[in-house]
This record gives sequence, structure tokens and C-alpha cells, in this order.
Amino acid sequence: MYHIVRRGVSVLTAMVVVGAVAACSGSSGTSGASVPGVTSTEIIVGTHTPLTGPAAAGYSKISAATKAYFDYVNSKGGVNGRKITFKIMDDGYNPATTQQVVRQLVLQDKVFAILSGLGTPTHTGVLDFLNTNKVPDLFVASGSLSWNQPKKYPYTFGYNPDYTIEGKIFANYIKANLAGKKVCTFGQNDDFGADGLKGVQAVLGASGVTHSETYDVTNTNVGPAIGALKAAGCQVTIAFTVPGFSALALGAAAQLGFRTQWMVSNVGADYATLGGLLKDATGPLLEGVLSTAYLPAPMDTSNPWVSLFMKLNQQYNNNTAFDGNVEYGFAVGYLFVQALKAAGKDLTRQGIVDAVEKNGFSGPGLSALRFSATDHSGFGGLQMGKVQDGKQLVFGPLYTTDDGSGPVTETSSTQPAPPEDGIPS
Amino acid sequence: MSRSTLLRHLVVTVACGVLLFGLTYALDPFRDYQLATAAAYLCATAGLTLLAGQSGQLSLGQGALMAVGGYTVALVQNQFGAHNVTTQWALLGSLVAAICVASVAGAVIGVAAARLRGPYLAGLTLVVAVAVPSIGTLWHSLLHGDQGLSVYLLPAPASLGETFPLERWQAWLAVIAALLTMLALGNLSSGRFGRTMRAVRDDEIAAKLAGINVAGTQVTAFVVSAACAGLGGGMLAVLAQSVSPGAYAFTLSLNLLLAVVVGGLGSLTGAVWGSVLLVLLPWLADDLTNSLIHSPAAQQRLAGNLSLAIFGLLLVIVMIAAPGGIQGLLNRAGRRVRGRRERVAAYRAEPSAPDAQPHAPAASRTSIPNP
Amino acid sequence: MDRFVFLTVYGLSRGAIYAAFALALVLIFRATRVVNFAQGVLAVVSAYLAYSVSGATGSYWLGFGAALVSGLVLGAVVERVVMRRVEHAPPLNAVIVALGLVLLTQGILGMIYGNQYRAFPAPFSTVAMTVHGVPLMTRYDLFVFGTVLVLMLALAVLFTRTATGLRMRAAAFAPQVSRLLGVNVGRMLTLGWALAALVGAVAGMLIIPTGLGLHPTAMDLVFVSSFTAAVVGGLDSPIGAVVGGLVVGLVLSYVGGYLNSASTPLAVLALLVVVLLARPGGLFSASTARRV
Repeated sequence: MYHIVRRGVSVLTAMVVVGAVAACSGSSGTSGASVPGVTSTEIIVGTHTPLTGPAAAGYSKISAATKAYFDYVNSKGGVNGRKITFKIMDDGYNPATTQQVVRQLVLQDKVFAILSGLGTPTHTGVLDFLNTNKVPDLFVASGSLSWNQPKKYPYTFGYNPDYTIEGKIFANYIKANLAGKKVCTFGQNDDFGADGLKGVQAVLGASGVTHSETYDVTNTNVGPAIGALKAAGCQVTIAFTVPGFSALALGAAAQLGFRTQWMVSNVGADYATLGGLLKDATGPLLEGVLSTAYLPAPMDTSNPWVSLFMKLNQQYNNNTAFDGNVEYGFAVGYLFVQALKAAGKDLTRQGIVDAVEKNGFSGPGLSALRFSATDHSGFGGLQMGKVQDGKQLVFGPLYTTDDGSGPVTETSSTQPAPPEDGIPS
Repeated sequence: MSRSTLLRHLVVTVACGVLLFGLTYALDPFRDYQLATAAAYLCATAGLTLLAGQSGQLSLGQGALMAVGGYTVALVQNQFGAHNVTTQWALLGSLVAAICVASVAGAVIGVAAARLRGPYLAGLTLVVAVAVPSIGTLWHSLLHGDQGLSVYLLPAPASLGETFPLERWQAWLAVIAALLTMLALGNLSSGRFGRTMRAVRDDEIAAKLAGINVAGTQVTAFVVSAACAGLGGGMLAVLAQSVSPGAYAFTLSLNLLLAVVVGGLGSLTGAVWGSVLLVLLPWLADDLTNSLIHSPAAQQRLAGNLSLAIFGLLLVIVMIAAPGGIQGLLNRAGRRVRGRRERVAAYRAEPSAPDAQPHAPAASRTSIPNP
Repeated sequence: MDRFVFLTVYGLSRGAIYAAFALALVLIFRATRVVNFAQGVLAVVSAYLAYSVSGATGSYWLGFGAALVSGLVLGAVVERVVMRRVEHAPPLNAVIVALGLVLLTQGILGMIYGNQYRAFPAPFSTVAMTVHGVPLMTRYDLFVFGTVLVLMLALAVLFTRTATGLRMRAAAFAPQVSRLLGVNVGRMLTLGWALAALVGAVAGMLIIPTGLGLHPTAMDLVFVSSFTAAVVGGLDSPIGAVVGGLVVGLVLSYVGGYLNSASTPLAVLALLVVVLLARPGGLFSASTARRV
């Protein structure tokens, strides 16, 4: 009896202590400003991204580069007199952790906006929360189609071109240059692989794809799947893969003597990233591999944007090895500063959403961004890329299309020269 | 179990409820969300501590059962959403469905588990924990793979006011679920079933001789803990408004185990400590990291990693310093304080008693062995 | 037929590594009745040391040697400094301490080496040799089979033919009696952990080049497969670990090749359920059913 009362009392104390700890450690600093995260001297923005765990490889460099770009902008006086504070939260690519850290950013740290939250499964889970709280959710780092739902999620905007248009553009290239070959796909078994395959089939027809295999990110034994592609006699293989699995797939194909024309999604085709994984085998394995790009090739040092970002990388980012991830981080930072400037001096959450919808941004991107009141998807065009003599460069025209049955059209790239000081005017 | 025990459990539950209700008003929305998350974990850890601590069956698969509960809530809630159901009671229906489906899953595992012991059961449940999330990928048309499902959730009732934060409403829901779970499990373990379970845990043969249905008891314990995990998983889905395989991955199962052992295995109060640690420790470790490091170069290197290391180090230290977990430590401290008080009381009542040693130095007092 | 041959060789090659790693788990389980959840991360530490040594000297084999030595030392240190303190606590405490070590070590490795994958070269060609046009196996597969075989023979000789091995077995099965007979049980435990960590380090060195590369979490999934293998074979049985490892490797390969990679975890679950329903103590357990 007594024992049970005691237990009850200890449960009670446990719960109260918990509450007390939580209450004491709380620093619910409402700054009195009418717009969360914005004062006359500071703008606080946050992001969620994997810094630990298997997915952190490569991706952790993106947020660091974005922060480095903001450091540079801050050293030049910030935007409209406000310095940008960028809070990077580690979610380990675990959707449950994303829930916690994004709420911490929004409810406790009172960020103005979430910028470049990374990952489809992780970010999908916070869409409802961010939009009910009317938090601008800018430039999600993923090519899922989910970010483009302006009616349901008016505060969310994509950045990467979606996987369906990439599939269509690959298929379009095959039709023109590799007609008559047996085409196969090797894709991640989530919306990345599925949307990509959908795009390929939109152009080639369902029967245009001879065989398709998938992989699971938690299973690195890709040998059996690559063996199946070889057995199907694939002559062209389109890979919708993240860098680690691009490397595994190319390696496994070489082991099996499986010769095919690889076309690798821009998600997993960055030469420097793959080089870190493949080391000595990089040159021979990647030679001739086709890919797509929406930012200038990081190896193209003659591109003024690349040389600008490389310079800033050296000064503000501990001279991290420059690859596609670092370039991506700088490009997102640049776009955010553009959006801030477009939103004007009286910065509000609705103001920046309106400014992004108004669009008109041009910067390091090879194609235009699709933002409008009715379209929240990011880049709408891609250029083909190819590895030749150990150098990965883009070639040919810029292709644009939609994620339906619209045609693939050719235009030319609209990339302007960067501003003198590297800060958008 | 006597009637007065039941009454006392009820009184304690209601008291906790009132206190926590007040607390949700004192906390800001983020704290409310943390409280809600801890309460959702508590549903599952309380069930696990009963299973592992009292029935002696180790399960590494509770995360998978939480996934079953979470996905059930998602599917049922979204049906309600599709049919424009606007009553808050609908959520109760979803959660009951989650409990039922998870119980069935638990019964299936439990029947297989009743033949297995210790590490073999751990092995089987570990594979369950890894395999179940992959169903989300295989059954893509219904469960939407890695991306998972979003969960239809009504906003807090309008009668609470326009500015009432959703997080406080979620905290209420989760706390109610946790309190009901604790009440049910408290009664269960202090009653006949609890004694039966512990008898089976301590000596199966003796229990069998005493006429106890050993396998039946073990399966029942599994089902009870699965029901709790289902409720906890369903609550997590309600809090996150989404479910995905990654949110219920194998690490969740390990975290639950970690919580019950660090809290104090077999003790329901220990489960409370454990659940709270699950929510607060990563966050505290992160805060500590941020306050320790200021140079950006070091931050880039240490970000995430240092809090991971601190979390791990704390686990090792707690387990070595307090093998009985936090609750064991508190019990020991409690006994010591009480022991001293009783000795002082005895001395006052009977100052000449030979065993009372009022002049003994403090050091020798602490050397009196604990009962 | 080509595909069947390929998938079989592929499965056996992976399975051999799971077998070696499962053997490491069995070694510790026999000695302490604890499943060492930190086995994977110990192997990763050894592999990182090998990586650093190979990088500094340019020699794969010096790195391999460093991994073996560091395995021995790490196993002994972890047993002496940490695990000994929870030896008399409930068995679950040892599991939690091991999990704590995993997080601690992964955090430290992340701080030192960063969380990117490091290319970890294979010492032999990974291009398949073809027989009559059928790609059969790679030189690296041969190296894997050879290494695992040597490892197992060495362990068999140690435990059956040497005095130390007999003492270790005695200390594991009858610690009280062994103590009376003058065996230093504590030292035998340390030696057991050291040996297990060495075997784990070898398994790590073998499997990491076949995956994404070196990463603090590189062995997490290998641990799951190998623990499954050990359970399938019977946690007390070294032969069981070997058979279990090969079976798990084959199942993963066939299911991945003929069905798809998402089905592999369910296939492993099915395998485990079938085996454990028939033999609750694994394939090579001494008793067939639970004694009630």
C-alpha cells in the first residue's frame, strides 16, 4: 500500500520536475518586434540538414557554404543594414528529429524563415507545421514535386529542378542521339526514382524502357540489381541515384564487365564528389558519363560565377574542397539575398513570399526559376553535361519542359555576369 | 488488487493530470511540444518496461510497433479527412484503431517470441524493427515509401480561443494518453497479472508448477506492451502530423530500450525519467555544444558530432555509476534519507537505546549498509 | 544460369564476411553472455586507423597490420576500462553501455575525420574474372574467402590445440571452477574481447571496400546482418556463425537479384522466423526446444 502511494508520489515528482526543468531552461525571448526573427540590425533564418549519420556525407557542406556566403554579405554591411544569422540544425536525416529542430527554430529561436531545408522525407513532415504558422519555407533542397503546391502550401518554394523534367530531358537526348538503343533505369525506390522514371516514360513511352531496377538507401549490395540490368542487355542506363549509389553502381558495373552508356541525375553526378568516393578509379569509370546541370559545372573555372564562389569559399569557408555541394550552398545564399533585397526595407514574411512569387531573379542558375503566384517550383531547365578527358562540363542548348506531357524545348542559357562585389543589387 | 489501491492510483493520476494541465499554460509552445513528445514516448516506454522489466522479455522491436500505430492513425485520420469529419472525437477512433492493430501485430510477434529467450528474442525483434519500416517502401501505392503520409489533424477546438497554440492542444492529448497508459499499467502490474508476470520472469518452472500458464502470460505481456507502443506511435503521428519509415527507424527502438534501462528497468517511474531524457538530452547536448564553441571553423567540425559524443558518454557514465538507472539511484537516496529519519525518530523516542548512536560521526553513519 | 552463378558467388563472398563478424559476436557472447553492440564501431575505429596508416605510408598491408593490432588493443581496453564495470550488473546494462560507446565513438570519429565517406581501396582487383564468358568472381572475392578461412582455422587451432585456448573456454563455461584451478578468469575475458575485436576488425577491413566507403556508421548495417547470422546459427556456436553468415549472405543476394532490394529485410525476417520456430536456439544449438 504505502509502497504504491510512494510510487505514485514519485511519478508525480518526476513529472513536475520535468516540467520545471523545461520551464526554467526556456528562454522564450519575444523580442517585441512585430516580425519574428527581424530586428533593425538582424535577420535570423534557420535550416535543417544532416550533419551526422550516413546522409551527412556531402550534404553537410551545403549549409556551411550558405553560411559562408552570409558571412561575406554581413562583412559588407548585411542587407538593408541587417546582418543575417543562419542557424543550422542537425537532423541526421531522421524525419522525427526534423520535427523537433524545426519547431525549435520557429517557436523558440523565432526564425524569420526556413531556408534550404534538406531532404524529401525530412521536409515533407514539416510542411503542414510551417504553413499553418505562416513561416516562409524557401528553396527546399530537394527535387520533389511536393514543394509546388501553392494553394495548399503557399509559403513553400522549391529550388532544384524536379526529377520528372530531368527524366524527360534525358529521354529527349536519347531520342535524338541514341535512338534504337535499349534503355533502362536504375533508381532510388522513392519519389526520386519514381518521378524520374515517369519523366523518361513520358517521352519514350512505357515500352521505351526495357528494364528498371531500384535500390534502397539502407542496402549497399547493389551488385544483384546491376547484374539484372546487365542480363537485360541495357545499352543506355539512366541512374536516379545519390552520389554514394552512383559510385556503387558504376563500380559494380565495371566489376561485371557491364558496358552501358550511363546517364546520371545531377543529384548524384558531381565529379568532385564521386572522385572522393571512387579515388583512383574515378577517371576511367566516369569517362563519357552523361548528366544534367542547372548550375555551372564546378570544374568550369572560366565561368565567372564559379570563380566568384571559389574566391569566397577560400576566404569565408576555410577553403573547403570546392565541389557541387559548395557551389549549391553559395548559389542558394545568393538567391536568398536577392529575395531579401526584393522584399525591401520593411521586411515581412508575406513580403518575402510576394517578392519570390514576383520572381525576376537571375544569377548563377543556367535556367530561369519558375516562381510565380501559381508555380512554386524551382529551376525549370537543364543543360546536358558530359565527362570528357577527366573534365565534367556542360554542353549544348538549355532544355526546358514541364512535368506533364508538354514537349521539351530548346532555348539558350540566360546566365548574366555576376555583380562586381558578388552581392546582388 | 485492493479497491483502495485502485483509488489511490486514480487520485495520483488525476493529481498529475491537473498539475500537467497547469504546466502546459506555463510553458511556451516549443516546451509544450517537447512535453507532448515525452508523453508520447512514455506510452511506449511504459509498455516496454513492463515487457522487459517485469515479464523478462527483451524486445528491440517496439519502434516497429509504434510504426504500426502511427501508420494506422495516418490512414484512418486521412479517411476522416477525405469524408470531411470535423469532430475531435474522430481522433479517439483513430487511436483506438492504432491500439488494436498494434495489439494484433504484437500478438503475432508474441506467439513467436514465447518460444525464444534473451538474445534470440532480441535478434528476432531487431530484425522486425528493421523489416517493418521497409513495408512502407514495398507497399508504395498505399504508404508512399520514404516520403510517408501526412496526417489529417483538426486544429485545436475553436472554443479554446483563436490564439490557443496547437502545441498546447497536442500536449493535452499526449498527456492524457500517457496518464491513461500509466494508470492502466500501474494497476496491471500491482495486481494479479503483475505477480504472475514476475513469477514467470523469475522462475518459469516454479511458475508452471504453481499452475501459471507461462506462454499465455508472456504473450499477454507482449500484447499489452504492443498496445502501448501502438498508442505512443499514434500519438507521435498526431504530433508530427506525418509518418514516414525514417521516423520509426531502428534507432527509435534502440532509443526506447535506452530510455527504460537508463530510467530504471521495470519501474514505471523509471520510464518517465527515460522518456524525458530522450527528449531533453539531445537538446541539452546540442545547447551545451553551442555554448562551448564559438569559432566557426570548430563549429563546422563539431556540429552534431559533439552532442552525439556527449549523449553517448552520458549513457556510459550513468550505467556504470547507477546500474539500477535513475530510479534505482533515487530509491537508494530515498532509503538513505528515510533510514536516517527513522534512526533519529527512534533516538528521540528512546534516547537511551543502545543502537541509536547520536554522537557517531557522519562518516560512520553513511557506512551503515543499505537494506 | 549465369545470373544464378553470379548471385551465388556474390552472396557467398558477402556471407563470408558476415560469418567472420558473427564469429566475433559469438566469441564475446560465449565468454560473457552479452551481445556486443559496440562490435561494429570498434571495427570502424580499426579501419580508420588503417586508413590513416595506409595514407601515411602508402602501403595497404601496413594499414591492414595496424587494423589487426589496433583491434587487439581496442578490444582489451574496452573490456578492461568499460565493460568490466558492468560485468555484474544486469545484462541489459552492458547492452546500453555498448550503445553508449557506439554513439560516443561515432561522435569522436565524426569530429576527427568528418562525416563524409572516405574511399577505402581494395588491395586486389574487383573486376570479375570470366570463365567461358561468364563473370565468375573477382580476385578480391578470393582474398575474402582466403582471409576468412585462415581466420577460422587459426581460431579453431587456438581453441582446441593450445593451452590458452582451453583456458579461455574453461573460463567462459565454468568461471568458478576455473578460478579454483588457477585460471586468471579476468585475463581470459580480456583476451576474449581482444580476439573478438581483432576478428571484427578483419571483417570490417574486408567489407568496407565493398560498400560506400569508410564512415563512422559504415558497420551499422553489417552489424544487423551479422547479428542475424549469429542468431540463425546459434549464439553459442562458432560453426553456426559461419553457416548463418553464409546463409544470410545468400538470401540477401538472391532476393536482391531476383526480387528487389526493398524486399531483403522482409526476406531476412522470414528466414529468421522459420529457423527460430524450428529451432529456438538457432541451427546449431545444443538443445532443440525451450525447457519449460
